[in-house]
Amino acid sequence: MSGGFISRGFRGRRRRTEDDDRVPPGQYLVDGFPVLSAGPTPHTPLAEWSFTIEGEVDGPRTWSWEEFRALPSEEITRDIHCVTKWSKLGTTWEGVSVDTLLEGVNTAAEYVVAFADGGYRTNLPLGEVTGGKAWVAHTYAGEPLSPEHGGPARLLVPHLYFWKSAKWVRGLRLVTEDEPGFWESLGYHNHGDPWREQRYWGD
Amino acid sequence: MAELPRKLAWRVAEVVETSPDTPRTKSLFLEVPDWEGHRAGQHVDVRLTAEDGYQAERSYSIASAPEDGRVELLVERLDDGEVSPYLTDELRAGDGLELRGPIGGWFAWEAREGGPLLLVAGGSGIAPLMAMIRHRRAAGNDVPVRLLFSSRSYEEIIFREELERLAAGDETLEIIHTLTRSAPPGWEGYERRIDEEMLGEVAFSGEERPLAFVCGPTPLVEAVATALVGLGHDPARVKTERFGPTGG
Repeated sequence: MSGGFISRGFRGRRRRTEDDDRVPPGQYLVDGFPVLSAGPTPHTPLAEWSFTIEGEVDGPRTWSWEEFRALPSEEITRDIHCVTKWSKLGTTWEGVSVDTLLEGVNTAAEYVVAFADGGYRTNLPLGEVTGGKAWVAHTYAGEPLSPEHGGPARLLVPHLYFWKSAKWVRGLRLVTEDEPGFWESLGYHNHGDPWREQRYWGD
Repeated sequence: MAELPRKLAWRVAEVVETSPDTPRTKSLFLEVPDWEGHRAGQHVDVRLTAEDGYQAERSYSIASAPEDGRVELLVERLDDGEVSPYLTDELRAGDGLELRGPIGGWFAWEAREGGPLLLVAGGSGIAPLMAMIRHRRAAGNDVPVRLLFSSRSYEEIIFREELERLAAGDETLEIIHTLTRSAPPGWEGYERRIDEEMLGEVAFSGEERPLAFVCGPTPLVEAVATALVGLGHDPARVKTERFGPTGG
């Protein structure tokens, strides 16, 4: 146990601001937008891009890029938090609500697996991506989402650590049993709530 | 889940030595109580606590081999940083340092996984790759390794002397430097940022199926990973980790 440990001579460079209560424990604010991913950035041409809802559904539904972009988009302004400790306040996005993508779907599934180009996967309870909490974002700060930040489209689940916001997302698979994804199988927390500092297994 | 979650507890390591590597970097050598060992490439989270309870956390890669008794962290001093100036300027032997880990199972290599190994580093991104090079040596492993290392200047080549020593006695370890800002008189190595042409000249070919680890600032990592895929490397064998003031 290390309760009560003090780092000799450390005072910290505090930014006591009105934004303090927007920064979860162990996080610090950045102005830029760092990039984090485990491998090369995929570059899928829009003509070959599609988005699919599959798994425990009556029948899979798929949108081409044009069809996806014709769906109603919402403007989203949210704080985002990366498990590598940076947080960025007030980021602005446009995207299609997952509620819109799941409209009319009947399912017994309680979980989703978001899958992406490059083989990345992340798992979430269905209840964490519905009810206005998650989007498939195609625009960041008024510009088309760049490949290094997950373009042409990424999942946006801003209330969880940002690895849950799968870059290069290509669909959601609805499942009845939870399936830990890429980072979730490599020691990172299955749920990832930044306000409870759920970074790693057992947190 | 197949494996039971284990709690990564915070513990207080003892700083046994600090040693400057270059004008902007320092190695911290730590004794960590009950350290269960790590895999080369993994990192730890460091937490600083002020007397009034204020805390700051950052992640640092482990530069030492799992076989070393002590855990070495490489710290680059960021002038406008909150944690790194404390670690490089204030912390000294005898102090405690709170940390938890090891963390990260993707950007890691064990000698039994084989190779060849293509390592590409920018600046302090050398840290996890140094752990792999040291681990390979400690394990008596001879998979071919090529390290392409981008530094700003000759003086800023981190671990330069140790890398020279390691390569001098090992035909299967090749080290290629490139300097991006200034080079000493008579420098015969590369003098530019890493690009596809350079990788084409020094990297293993895609057919040799190297396992590639790329670590450094985001622009370097993006450029190298994209170029490797362009040169025919399997994207699934290119592992990346981004370093920098905000990336790690």
